Amino acid sequence: MPPDYVLEARDITKTFPGVRALDGVHLELARGEVHALVGENGAGKTTLMHVLGGIFRPDSGTILLEGRAVRFRSAHDAARAGIGVVFQELSLVENLSVAENIFANRQAVRMGDFVDSGRLHAETLELLKRFSLDISPSLPLKHLPPSQRQVIEILKAISQRPKVLILDEPTSSLTALDMQLLFRNMDQLKAEGTSFIYISHHLPEIFQVADRVTVLRDGRYVDTVRASEATEASLIKLMVGRDLANIYGERRSSVGEEYFRVDGAAATGFNDVTFSLGRGEILGVAGLVGAGRTELARGLVGLEPMRAGTVTLDGRRLAIRSPADAIGQRVAYLTEDRKDQGLFLRMTVRENMIAPSLRAFAGRLGLMDEGRIDAHAESGRRRFGIVTPSIRQQVRNLSGGNQQKVLVAMWMGIRPRVLIVDEPTRGVDVGARSEIYALLRELAATGVGIVMISSDLLEILGLSDRVLVMRGGRIAGEYTRAQATEEKVIACASGVGQECCATE
Amino acid sequence: MTKSEWRMNDETTMTKAWATVRRLVDFREFMIILIILAAAGIMSVSSPDFATPDNLSVLLLAVSTQAIVAIGMTVLLVSGGFDLSVGSVVGLAGAVTALCMVQGVPVPTGASAEYPFVQFEWIAVHPAAAIAAGLAVGALVGLANGFIIARIGINPFITTLAMMWIARGALEVITRGTNVYGLPDSFKCIGQGKFCAVQFPILISLVLIVIGDILLRKSRFFRQNYYIGGNEKAAALSGINVGRMKIFNYALTGFLAAVAGIVMTARFGSASVTMGTGLELQVISAVIIGGASLQGGEGTVLGSFLGCILMALIVTSLNLLGVDIYWQRLIIGATLLAAVMIDTIGKKRKGIL
Repeated sequence: MPPDYVLEARDITKTFPGVRALDGVHLELARGEVHALVGENGAGKTTLMHVLGGIFRPDSGTILLEGRAVRFRSAHDAARAGIGVVFQELSLVENLSVAENIFANRQAVRMGDFVDSGRLHAETLELLKRFSLDISPSLPLKHLPPSQRQVIEILKAISQRPKVLILDEPTSSLTALDMQLLFRNMDQLKAEGTSFIYISHHLPEIFQVADRVTVLRDGRYVDTVRASEATEASLIKLMVGRDLANIYGERRSSVGEEYFRVDGAAATGFNDVTFSLGRGEILGVAGLVGAGRTELARGLVGLEPMRAGTVTLDGRRLAIRSPADAIGQRVAYLTEDRKDQGLFLRMTVRENMIAPSLRAFAGRLGLMDEGRIDAHAESGRRRFGIVTPSIRQQVRNLSGGNQQKVLVAMWMGIRPRVLIVDEPTRGVDVGARSEIYALLRELAATGVGIVMISSDLLEILGLSDRVLVMRGGRIAGEYTRAQATEEKVIACASGVGQECCATE
Repeated sequence: MTKSEWRMNDETTMTKAWATVRRLVDFREFMIILIILAAAGIMSVSSPDFATPDNLSVLLLAVSTQAIVAIGMTVLLVSGGFDLSVGSVVGLAGAVTALCMVQGVPVPTGASAEYPFVQFEWIAVHPAAAIAAGLAVGALVGLANGFIIARIGINPFITTLAMMWIARGALEVITRGTNVYGLPDSFKCIGQGKFCAVQFPILISLVLIVIGDILLRKSRFFRQNYYIGGNEKAAALSGINVGRMKIFNYALTGFLAAVAGIVMTARFGSASVTMGTGLELQVISAVIIGGASLQGGEGTVLGSFLGCILMALIVTSLNLLGVDIYWQRLIIGATLLAAVMIDTIGKKRKGIL
């Protein structure tokens, strides 16, 4: 292949006080190529992306864009030069419309500086078609679910027709369907000459879209390989520097008798949901985003009022009207949105760990027992393998995987009888993911039933003893571990094919 | 002066001893105590009138009412709220208490044949009942704030701004815009009496501050506020009844503002229409100097108390040094800005590390 590199990074070094985030990293991006960038959290992927996108200035090293050395002073600079970035943290404004978000500060104008709303509308509709999104361009963004917001974020970047588009975990909140649409769009743009840098924790995705893969570890360049010549195992080995066995683990005991049952539950977002859970069972709940899975979980723990239905646990009917009731019954819910709803980011690890069980640490006169809190937090840190310099570290300074482990530790503190986890490994790297799976397995082995909501099909298939599929707020199908396949679950979740709705 | 020295040192040396010092420096209260001590040291050298018992007790007396209000305000800021109506509540509660004792409360005396409407007779009440009435008014205003904010969902700024006008207006309506004099001595004693040479207002505020600090620092109930201020949604998911806590916090703040208003009325021996005007912003400033933030999740009662002292110390010092009175607000404003900026810059550095 002739070295027609659209973007080249040579010997990039970037240090922050106390950390060498990038150490002599290089990357060559060919025209019309999808180049995946992989590595564990802290490997330097995001820093490299920030350097290429003009947000950080490298300490040393050069960036060549179409053969010419460039120095970006801001993200705006980089965008003008043709480097678009889709951030993991969404850069959208909730109160503005879809169209205004996509064309933020680049709206078509007429008569001086008046927004040409007709053209804005038309151009937005054109873009929305790419993802078969049937929404009005004038709809305020706040009415869209997270998955659609992610699509808008991607459209915003695409609409600038960049030469290079950097995608940071673009699929972390996309549904399987949106993901396929994204890949189709990428293929199309590739044919038109756009190059991509694609950052993702999900290796299967990488094999689906990437031409080449560059692996980073601890801020250093490890290797660049052709995707067609690599395997998942070989990439993981490059990323972690060692072999990692089957990350989903194996069941070590059998599922016990049914002890938790939901009958005809209904609330906003779901209807007539009936299912049961056995002791020590991991019940996967698959479905598209918006299928009512999170709403179901929120209803079960009393965050949203239920219109109908009964919940029984150990033969006793539960009346859960608030999260406090759920905690009292030891039903734990780990939210999908750990930063916004799960954790107290500006508080310390130890304070987070006791949040749902404050009462257990209050001694005489209702005063908190600091010594017991410390002991609890230290043991939690060890048991859940949370990597932090101290239990007095603010949670926001931890990596995504460690934050997730704090969330797990926090809810293990109520010694749950039933655990509902929602997207337990979103934005978590391979190493931490396998640890979280091991923790779920371990918990199940002690007889706790786990309801696992996930949009990661491999996770669902790899971990679940049984799979429920939700669609449009109802249970659309149920499969045993042996019956469930990727194709069947996707077909059922999106409501295509005959096979759907075949309940066991 | 002291601050820049600390900074330079912790950049150049990073030995273990410094790590310890650093941890102390991170302790916000420690920094304020240092500044207070430094300022007091300089003052006692440069002005012979400063370190006298008289001057110090005047200083503490001036701080005492502010500090009582600051306790409630700290709890509110920690939970992510705040209250602009406290100044008006101070005035209103003082006036209600004073009027109950001086003018009395209307008691219906029944209708007669020639005058078929219910008639009222004004009966002066016992100071204890009058105080209870004043406290109840404060708590009710706070309860209204809390209910509107937590249950109806109106933003705390708007709600308490409106309540600031309403309470001040109510005060003007009931007093017809005049001050209330002629309070009984048994009542005035609350503000003017002494115990072992320490005025009652100082004692009352110190006791409340110690209790408040311990409760907010240690008790499970009050600690819930740090979680609410840290992340309201996560707090709700963790089983904390966020709405109920907010209502309680505003009611508590209103109640404490009423305590301050009653103490102040007793000290001045009269209730004035303008009492407490502008107090809300002074208290919020002191609480923020003391380490709380409008973002919520941070702050201690001790820190807020020290913030009050620091602000009063600056005023007293400027007076003693003969600085033109017109400079005082400017300097207090600069102090507030400096405190917040130093804090923010410090946090940014740590954030990168």
